[in-house]
Amino acid sequence: MSGRARKLWRSGEPFIWLTGGALALSLLLVAGLVGLILASGLGFFWPGTVLRVTLADGKAMTGQVVEREPIPAETGQYRIKLKVANRDLYGADFQWVDESGIVKREYPPEMAVVERTEWGLLIGTIKELREGGKTVAAGPEAAWAEVRKRLPEAARVRRAILGIEKGEIGAINHAQERIRLRLAGLERRGITAGAEVDALRQQMAPLQARYQEHTARLGQLRSGQTASMVVAADGGKEKDLPLAQVIDVYFPNAMGALAKSGHYAAKVWEFVSDDPRESNTEGGVFPAIFGTVMMVMMMSILVTPLGVLAAFYLREYATQGPFVSAVRIAVNNLAGVPSIVFGVFGLGFFIYFVGGAIDRLFYADALPTPTYGTGGILWASLTLALLTVPVVIVATEEGLAAIPRGMREASLALSATKLETTLRVVLPAVMPSVLTGLILAMARAAGEVAPLMITGVVKLAPSLPIDGFWPFLHLDRKFMHLGFHIYDVGFQSPNVDAARPMVFTTTLLLLLIVVLLNLFAISLRNRLRRTYAAAGV
Amino acid sequence: MAGPVKVSAGLNPTSREVPIMEIPMVEIERVSLWYGEKPALKDVSMSIPKHRVTAYIGPSGCGKTTLLRCLNRMNDLVDGVKITGTIRIGGTDIHDPGLDVTELRKRVGMVFQKSNPFPKSIYENVAYGPRVLGVRNRNDVDGIVERSLRGAALWDEVSDRLPDSALGLSGGQQQRLCIARAIAVEPDVLLMDEPCSALDPIATAKVEELMLELKNSYTIVIVTHNMQQAARVSDYTGFMLLGELVEVGVTRQIFTNPREKKTEDYITGRFG
Repeated sequence: MSGRARKLWRSGEPFIWLTGGALALSLLLVAGLVGLILASGLGFFWPGTVLRVTLADGKAMTGQVVEREPIPAETGQYRIKLKVANRDLYGADFQWVDESGIVKREYPPEMAVVERTEWGLLIGTIKELREGGKTVAAGPEAAWAEVRKRLPEAARVRRAILGIEKGEIGAINHAQERIRLRLAGLERRGITAGAEVDALRQQMAPLQARYQEHTARLGQLRSGQTASMVVAADGGKEKDLPLAQVIDVYFPNAMGALAKSGHYAAKVWEFVSDDPRESNTEGGVFPAIFGTVMMVMMMSILVTPLGVLAAFYLREYATQGPFVSAVRIAVNNLAGVPSIVFGVFGLGFFIYFVGGAIDRLFYADALPTPTYGTGGILWASLTLALLTVPVVIVATEEGLAAIPRGMREASLALSATKLETTLRVVLPAVMPSVLTGLILAMARAAGEVAPLMITGVVKLAPSLPIDGFWPFLHLDRKFMHLGFHIYDVGFQSPNVDAARPMVFTTTLLLLLIVVLLNLFAISLRNRLRRTYAAAGV
Repeated sequence: MAGPVKVSAGLNPTSREVPIMEIPMVEIERVSLWYGEKPALKDVSMSIPKHRVTAYIGPSGCGKTTLLRCLNRMNDLVDGVKITGTIRIGGTDIHDPGLDVTELRKRVGMVFQKSNPFPKSIYENVAYGPRVLGVRNRNDVDGIVERSLRGAALWDEVSDRLPDSALGLSGGQQQRLCIARAIAVEPDVLLMDEPCSALDPIATAKVEELMLELKNSYTIVIVTHNMQQAARVSDYTGFMLLGELVEVGVTRQIFTNPREKKTEDYITGRFG
């Protein structure tokens, strides 16, 4: 090294630039990650304008522009990707169009985008409204006026049907299942006749009658919906769409910025508050949000006492020596074990062994259908608690080590026992450190997917782990999770292209939830810190 | 309880002072202590009179803090400690297996070198001891807190902010809070381990003034590095060196006319 270079290096300046540069690069990477997710995720619900292009051969195509890219082989040439939707009519949701072939572009204001319960979006012009097969109104404007009049009623009926299916019929199914289980239990004990069995059978009959009533009512509701709208699409194709299937109709080309913003807000709300539709590619993700948050909460409740107690033993009671050091190293390394290993442990130990034993002891009537002997939110939470317990132990131990000896001695000198000192002085003082550990644990648990896939997460859970049926909290139920939802929607759904934007939106949501959970824990920790600010050493 | 004895029992009586008749509160007999293999106290014997301030002086590492911590068995917490000899407080052998150590510590309070209030409110700090001892009634606790804070000459400064964190107090106030906390359980003996070493002169003066007041109700044993402090506040002084109690006597005599050459050397600043 020459004299000047050496002098420059020794001055420390280049090293400062090196450290600063490394930090800047890290920040840039994180900002880029968040930026990409924000940009790709936030646009999903914006009602894009509908473009109608006429090609040189006279063919017309209508759809929303998704992307524009140079054509690989031809320089200077671009092509656009149109979301033409109408999967049931065209077979594919997307079409590439070379810009060189386009002779006319227009944005007809009467272009309607229809959200429906199946087949994805429908894009076209409303041609007429039919009632029981007979045309009531024809022409875009007249037909739309009639459609608009009937949509609230259609939505009300749809909600009523859903309410009966999920609520009343669900309750009947639940009650029937309980009776069936009790009958099975009696049968197992060799009782197939007698007063008890008869009484149970008698309870069955009115339930069956009520079930018939509700199915009749459902049929009535369904048959009452005879209105349908005819939508004309490209190539002279038409779709006769029953209004019962229509969720929303809007005209993006005729909407102003304000109307679009309102539509956007409504869609975002629907996304976070609704159930998914069409194998998760449409609708909302509420069950996944619920499952994620509930699983993280349960994990926190399980992991905190476990980790704190273990740390207390390690630091306060165990005789420090080579064995305790070895245990400490093992615990630290546990945090680095691949998460799928914990998943396999959860499957083998919690589900098959513990769950199987619980089923044989308490749910024998339901066998061979497993109750706890299959994946569920309890086992998933326990598995994740196991996965994150080292983090809590390490953080708590560090907190305990930082508590000044004088604080303990002061308590002991006031005739407190060691237990009293631990509970009244040490535990409150170490709480901020415990919460730091919990924050790290929650961040890890909320983003973990692999172990969940084999311990209880499913693509679509029929019901939430909390509902109105006793005992309200169903720890044996399978649940949905945002992390798995991302994978499922983006890579396992029947229509990957259409669902891809949802991947980013769901990712954004997952990030948001992790941030919110962390902010909650951090604010709690700061409050504790203010109360228990450790005396300067 | 033993009857009045001369304070310097076990050592030669002082020649110039008229022997003072005192009631012994703490009697230390032939106490030796080892940390592992290392001896820290060698055959220490003396008695500490009731309602007086007794100071221990000596260079760092001479064992004065160790001796102090023997009196409330704080040394029990140290691994590998071994102790022989007898210590009686108010006539009770503190190593009696039938005696609960918490019972002992209720009778022997301690104030530490570094003020160590709990990270709780001022009120909770003082109420801690009584609560541990089972005082539940809110009015009783309130009364104890006020009396203790008044006893520690802190009440006027903190009475309007009892729910505030104790860590917001100044160093001197924190140390007086620790004194209030210690006297809240009404001990017989108050041990003070260099209570002023981290305080400025004004705060030190306040704590010293407090000690002179407290000795009317408590027997105070103080360890200090500061010889002027020992001279100012104590009635009796013991000089320790290398784990041995070299000399003990009435403070004025120790400082003006020590019997031992080593004591004189230390006091006149020839070493230490």
